[in-house]
Amino acid sequence: MAAALAIRGLRGGRIPPPPHPTGPLRGAASGALQRLGEWFYEVEVVLGWAERLRRRRLRRKNAFEGQQRWLCADSRGRWSPEVLQFHHVPVVAVDLSGSQLTYDGLDNFVLLTKLQHLDLSGCPHVDDWALGRLHVFGDSLQELSVARCPRVTERGLATLHQLPKLRCLDVGGLAVQSPGLLRILLEEMLPQCRVLGMEMEEGDPPEAPPELGQPPPLCDSAVIGGRVVPKWH
Amino acid sequence: MLRAVRGGRAVWAPRGGSGSGSGGAKLGRPLRTAAPQRSDIFRELGPRLSRLGQALRGQLPESEGAWNSLRPHQNSPPPPERADVVVVGGGVLGWSVAYWLKTLENRRHGMRVVVVERDPTYSQASTVLSVGGIRQQFSLPENIRLSLQSATFLRTINEHLWVPNEPPIDIQFQPSGYLFLASEHGAATLEAGVKVQREEGAKVALLSPSQLKAKFPWINTENVAVASYGLENEGWFDPWSLLNAFRRKAMSLGVYSCVGEVTSFVADTADNTPGMPRGVGRVKYVNVRLPDSPEQQPVSCAIVVAAAGAWTGKLLDSATAGLQGSLTLRRLPIEPRKRYVYVWHCPGGPGLETPFLIDTSGAYFRREGIAGNYLGSMSPPEGREPDAGNLEVDHDFFQEEVWPRLAHRVPAFRSLKQVKSAWAGYYDYNAFDQNGVLGPHPQLPNVFVLGGFSGHGLQQSPAAGRVAAELLLHGSCAAVDVGRLAPGRLWGSEPLLEAAIV
Repeated sequence: MAAALAIRGLRGGRIPPPPHPTGPLRGAASGALQRLGEWFYEVEVVLGWAERLRRRRLRRKNAFEGQQRWLCADSRGRWSPEVLQFHHVPVVAVDLSGSQLTYDGLDNFVLLTKLQHLDLSGCPHVDDWALGRLHVFGDSLQELSVARCPRVTERGLATLHQLPKLRCLDVGGLAVQSPGLLRILLEEMLPQCRVLGMEMEEGDPPEAPPELGQPPPLCDSAVIGGRVVPKWH
Repeated sequence: MLRAVRGGRAVWAPRGGSGSGSGGAKLGRPLRTAAPQRSDIFRELGPRLSRLGQALRGQLPESEGAWNSLRPHQNSPPPPERADVVVVGGGVLGWSVAYWLKTLENRRHGMRVVVVERDPTYSQASTVLSVGGIRQQFSLPENIRLSLQSATFLRTINEHLWVPNEPPIDIQFQPSGYLFLASEHGAATLEAGVKVQREEGAKVALLSPSQLKAKFPWINTENVAVASYGLENEGWFDPWSLLNAFRRKAMSLGVYSCVGEVTSFVADTADNTPGMPRGVGRVKYVNVRLPDSPEQQPVSCAIVVAAAGAWTGKLLDSATAGLQGSLTLRRLPIEPRKRYVYVWHCPGGPGLETPFLIDTSGAYFRREGIAGNYLGSMSPPEGREPDAGNLEVDHDFFQEEVWPRLAHRVPAFRSLKQVKSAWAGYYDYNAFDQNGVLGPHPQLPNVFVLGGFSGHGLQQSPAAGRVAAELLLHGSCAAVDVGRLAPGRLWGSEPLLEAAIV
């Protein structure tokens, strides 16, 4: 079961582009609309509405995950009923890679005091403010991945000193200037932590770190739908 | 060049050839080694049109308006003759109020808001010379609430201030938190302050000296009894980006921006208006002196927002010059106080985790970038205020006052001897109690005073602007009760003192 952790397509994959406010429009359509927006007030207003609608949908996605108690879902968004018997078991690892998690969505996670392994790689909306909230896991978090999050910068990484138990930090694919210097500073800040992914040469595709690809070395861990790893004795 | 078709026969003349070439023997069908010339007209059309466009654009004046550094007044129009609200002062507080007024108005384009700024280069404005910190570690609940709401605003800044067709706003926020150190003498005040902050919802941790040493090994914990560390929503950001974002969004909502200096008000007082009670006046016109000219433009307005920062007191003093009658305003105790900021380089200094540290002695510093630069200063002790007439920097102040204190607290700084650069800016200092003033002037009910924040105006500007706009539009503010910040207290005997002043 442990080996059945599905390596998601985004691990070692491309960096998701930062969500530009003009949204998912790409190419000719986006250019034409922008050009029109510069000429006509009405189009500008419509672009603003489209952006507001997008944000509302994002907020609703983050709120829905936590409206009820903490639940997990399979790839179709449905939950198997056997998970319900785990609700008293402390959650040890959470895989949120590629999800639409935002700062407000972290409300659902701050109560997990025993969290040891958190994977936020490839989340397009996780930014420096959201990293500032991770201090609540200071007593337990051992592995953290913020690889390929387009909005995370060296300023958010500076807050990770609040996690003294951190042993493995994956920061590959981040958009920072001088990654070599930042890696040295991170290693000084967290002396017992192994920093992965920030190489001296910029532009190197980040290697999928094998340690992080495997589930945490807990014998009874299980992965359900690639989302939640509870641990029970 | 493609020659015109003559006589129905297309003539492909060789390049550079003259008319004599056609007199010779007909060459027959020429060998085409280059691409067919008939398509040149379309291939050259694109570049030719773009060159024409560039030439035309070069003729037009720059469209940057007041932000063109070469000629800042070139494209700013004079203020309109009539307006509903005139905001005096184009700093972050002035533009914040203008933005919120337009956002909260009931009807679109229902109100004409004009922002008048006398210096579009912002060479002396407190906003852009600020160190840019934001904290919730105050002792007054109003201050904590204003800061918390401002932090939420800054976090969601793109939802509020994003303008279509512009890149997303990035204020470069560094969420490193503030660290206040307290000696035995100030420990009780600090702990009481943390209690209030936690009640208001700020996330602050109290640290003992050993915990402090474990977290930040480079600190010398001598004489430190307790420390308070902000865990979330505290840090520093770029004030210029915020100002720019407010200005751009407000202008896209229809706020008028003018360059000029407000020299006087024209008000109805008891002397020239029958029925007016004694001792109060109502401003009818604001006289705006246009830049580089003696011309004055009176702007009739219903409300004036005095957000002139450090010069709010001077503005309202000079307003009496235009008042016809015997209305003498009581002096508003908001004045400029000069503060220095020094930048130094220390290669072996504190690392990435450095918070905004405020020492027991009042000296403070923070990291700047990741290359080992730091900036810091301290407020001068009582009675030794530097002359606020200019923005010259006193380097001896660093050597004699700031550096010894910081070097004592952070031993790594002992090795530095040289300051990389320094600048000076003004606090809009409220000489009465160093806290913000928010509310209508008691003698001029339609002049709204918004200033005097004494060093924490930038961090409270989004929320303070919103509160001011709600007070102006609705008469009351639901989110924060700022009754205690009204200007009336400035002439009373109970100062609203803040314990944690930096």
